[in-house]
Amino acid sequence: MDHAETAVMQAPSRREIGAGVYSEKLGMWVFLGSEVLFFTVLIGSYIILRFGSPESFADPGKILNIPVTAVNTFLLICSSMTMVKAFACVQDGNQKGLKLFLVATVLIGATFVSVQVFEYLQLAHEGFLPSGYVDGSHFAELAAAGDLPAKVNIYGSTFFTMTGFHGFHVTMGVVCMVYVTIKAFQGKYTATDHRGVEVIGLYWHFVDLVWILLFTIVYLM
Amino acid sequence: MSWLLPPGNSTYAGDIDFLYYMILVITGIAFFVVEGGLVWFIIKYRRRPGRKAYYTHGNMTAEVVWTAIPTVTLVVIGIMSGSVWMDIRGRNSVPPGALEVGLIGKQFEWNATYPGADGQLGTSDDFSTRNQLHVPVDQPVVVRLGTEDVIHSFFVPSLRVKQDALPGKTIDVWFEAMVPGRFEIACAELCGLGHYRMRAILTVHTAEEYVRWVQEQTAAAAAGE
Amino acid sequence: MATSAPPMDVAHAGSPEHDLSFIRKYIFSTDHKIIGIQFLLLSLMGLFMGGLMAMMIRWQLGFPEGLMPLGNLLPETMVSGGVLLPEFYNSLVTMHGTFMVFFAIMPLLVGVFGNYLIPLKIGAPDMAFPRLNMWSYWIAFIGMGIMLAGFFVEGGHSAAGWTQYAPLSSNPEFTGVVTGQQLWLLSIAILGLSSILGATNYITTVVNLRAPGMTWFRLPLSVWSLFITAILVLLAIPILSGAAIMLLFDQTIGTSFFDASNGGQPILWQHLFWYFGHPEVYILILPAMGMVSDVIANGSRKPVFGYHSMIYAIISIAFLGWIVWGHHMFQSGMNPTLGMTFMISTMFIAVPSAIKVFNWMGTMWRGNLTFHVPMLNAVAFVAMFVIGGLSGVFMASTPVDIYIHDTYFIVAHIHYVLFGGSLFALFAAITFWYPKMFGRMMNEFWGRVHFALTFVFYNMTFWPMHNLGLGGHMRRIYDPSQYEFLQPLAGTNRFISISAFMLMTVQMIFALNFVISWFKGKKAPNNPWDDNGLEWTVSSPPPHGNFAETPTVYRGAYEFSSPLVEEDFLPQDRKLEGDGG
Repeated sequence: MDHAETAVMQAPSRREIGAGVYSEKLGMWVFLGSEVLFFTVLIGSYIILRFGSPESFADPGKILNIPVTAVNTFLLICSSMTMVKAFACVQDGNQKGLKLFLVATVLIGATFVSVQVFEYLQLAHEGFLPSGYVDGSHFAELAAAGDLPAKVNIYGSTFFTMTGFHGFHVTMGVVCMVYVTIKAFQGKYTATDHRGVEVIGLYWHFVDLVWILLFTIVYLM
Repeated sequence: MSWLLPPGNSTYAGDIDFLYYMILVITGIAFFVVEGGLVWFIIKYRRRPGRKAYYTHGNMTAEVVWTAIPTVTLVVIGIMSGSVWMDIRGRNSVPPGALEVGLIGKQFEWNATYPGADGQLGTSDDFSTRNQLHVPVDQPVVVRLGTEDVIHSFFVPSLRVKQDALPGKTIDVWFEAMVPGRFEIACAELCGLGHYRMRAILTVHTAEEYVRWVQEQTAAAAAGE
Repeated sequence: MATSAPPMDVAHAGSPEHDLSFIRKYIFSTDHKIIGIQFLLLSLMGLFMGGLMAMMIRWQLGFPEGLMPLGNLLPETMVSGGVLLPEFYNSLVTMHGTFMVFFAIMPLLVGVFGNYLIPLKIGAPDMAFPRLNMWSYWIAFIGMGIMLAGFFVEGGHSAAGWTQYAPLSSNPEFTGVVTGQQLWLLSIAILGLSSILGATNYITTVVNLRAPGMTWFRLPLSVWSLFITAILVLLAIPILSGAAIMLLFDQTIGTSFFDASNGGQPILWQHLFWYFGHPEVYILILPAMGMVSDVIANGSRKPVFGYHSMIYAIISIAFLGWIVWGHHMFQSGMNPTLGMTFMISTMFIAVPSAIKVFNWMGTMWRGNLTFHVPMLNAVAFVAMFVIGGLSGVFMASTPVDIYIHDTYFIVAHIHYVLFGGSLFALFAAITFWYPKMFGRMMNEFWGRVHFALTFVFYNMTFWPMHNLGLGGHMRRIYDPSQYEFLQPLAGTNRFISISAFMLMTVQMIFALNFVISWFKGKKAPNNPWDDNGLEWTVSSPPPHGNFAETPTVYRGAYEFSSPLVEEDFLPQDRKLEGDGG
């Protein structure tokens, strides 16, 4: 164990009262602060570009598949619930419950990413990419017929960048969740020390919250 | 190595230069006070045997004074600057009856378009020049500034004119020259390989010369068709 | 007693690190002190490379007709027949700025001193997350490698300015640079991750690991400034990362964020970049200010004048730094009314900096000034930073900025705050904490020689740039002689270049002093400067784990010449009669 952890665990009461929470939790909150700024740049740019050139953006549902993504959103919310359950279980000393709910969270998280990949492939197939329409594609034909905007370059740019980076963050979350799950199976988390579970939980909830925001702003508006 | 500005040749150059000199005096005073103070302290308070430093943690009055004075000074500079800024760049700053000229920057030259005999920019009798801008003296001119490729910046030092040209936008920049002559135009925003040679010449004509020049140009343009 | 091997043996008080291999102890170390020194070596290299690039720029500007010395060592794509090519010149100005900001000043201030000082000065054994700290360094190392690679690819390195304005930067057709530009953006994104992880570590450490008695208002100003800077890093760097990714996508996968012909907005890049960029310049000065406060108090043998005001000034600067970014964009085509609001906020941000300058003077006033090498450099910081700050007032005035924007007046300002400011502060900090880091004293005589010559040549190099700018001399211009109005300034350019060459040469004194002292310097005692900070209560260098027992703090960091004791200093952890706890 690192010296710092030893020092904190052995004599926490002797140090000045800082945040009143253990370091790993404070660290995750601080890190999530930087993530808020990162997503603000992407989402903020989307909003600015959309207000600047509304004619370059398609109406909800015309290009994006809302039903599929709505189900995916529901799944991600469920995974936050399984994460909450996992945390509650380890707090109560319920090791079996911890393992069960962590595995569930991993599986649902992986499903979310898979569905998103599927969604991207669908969009590409129909002719919607970060660079806009694909020549000769279905969407391009609809645009030529006037059923879709003539050019959707910045729509593609913003959509894929925002959701793509969110998906990347979920993927990183799943990887870390697998690590935590393995450690759980090794019995490393107890009712008195389960910092890893709480910290990954914070990250997971954050990622879920960003998605709810994205889904609302990008898919429904 | 002079702190004087080169001569200005536009109706608002005087306002800009005044602000500059005012700030120069104010910052100059601050400079001498601080640097002089530092030199004085270095000499007067240098370590000598048997001396002890004066043990103090600060002085609230001093904090208030040296917060208030800079604040008031800067607010005054700000207000005076703001008023000049709105005169030059504000919403209704372009004088009525200003002569329109189009100016498009591109890697690495300036192309100017002038309204022809009909006095309207954007009609078929417009004519163009490359790397030359011609305007009459004592006449407000509004340049409709654009770019074909990257960001450039229309900089005429003697007129105290500088305006970035943004892709996808036409930006109005106005000036009124007061003395006829030949003045250089430079690009003041890195625009690629040839940025350093994106030079043009501004010619400020007397009123009669300008009329004659326009006639020559329109005749040449018509003959060229 | 001089030894031929660097005396970096770390005394271990029975710690498990005792049995680690050389690689785990000195290469992949999790000890904040080793990581701090690793950052020091990396960033001094970055500083040297940035300096070399400056020399080439100055050669071109001072002697455009001459054949560049050693030019034949560079490939034909950069220097052809002894003549520096325009495309390479544009790359040089870009990379000089990039290296100095990202691989020199920022890692020196934040990576070196953040790492080295924070745990020691708050009484902690290490950072809150030592392994994450190690990752921060190695990720930065990789970032630097990627940035260096850009010099070797076809098309050369990025040439759109360190500010990378779109669409010059987003469309390779406009510069001819493809891979180099992508490597630049990738490197910056990776470096950003290193910074964010580091900031997370610093903030958590300062909040949670302070020793008993080390309350917020007993923290040294160096720690305060590093803490506030870490918050700025946390909030500003992600913005750059996001923007850099958007620009990279415009370059590579056909997005149109900044492409006006497809609905994008070039000015959006400027807003995003400067929203990061302005807090960034405060990241580049605040730690310098904090460390200068420590050194000036020590050199004056007096408490810092207005300690609380100094903290509030740091916080104000950090806060106001978020609402002034538009002052870089006054002439950009941004709405002029918006420009007005930015002018007002910019005028205000000069105030806390002025407060700090007066408080430094107040610290020196009626002191017992000892001009050791760190003190010389720290006082020079104040004298030079003032000039940089005052020149800022000119550009804050939007109408005056019409004339001086994108001229050498701005370049003068930048270098007075970054070199006159940050770099002199770094000379003070390095010479002050070198004994603690390496267990050896740097040579004092050569330290004074380096200081004096640097101070003279530095001013000879950068002061005349104010006058160049006032004459209308634009920035980033390969050949000023193209303009008649610039031809009279050729002599000034030559003078500046010669001064710059002397300035760079003189830095060799510092480099030699640094290296030779490491092996042959006088062994350093625990507290060579009679300072009060906790780092001076342990050996030079400190053992792994820093403190054999967690210290208890009884007072602030600046109790010099206290009436309570005979000596003119009073360490933070020394218990006196009547001290509680």
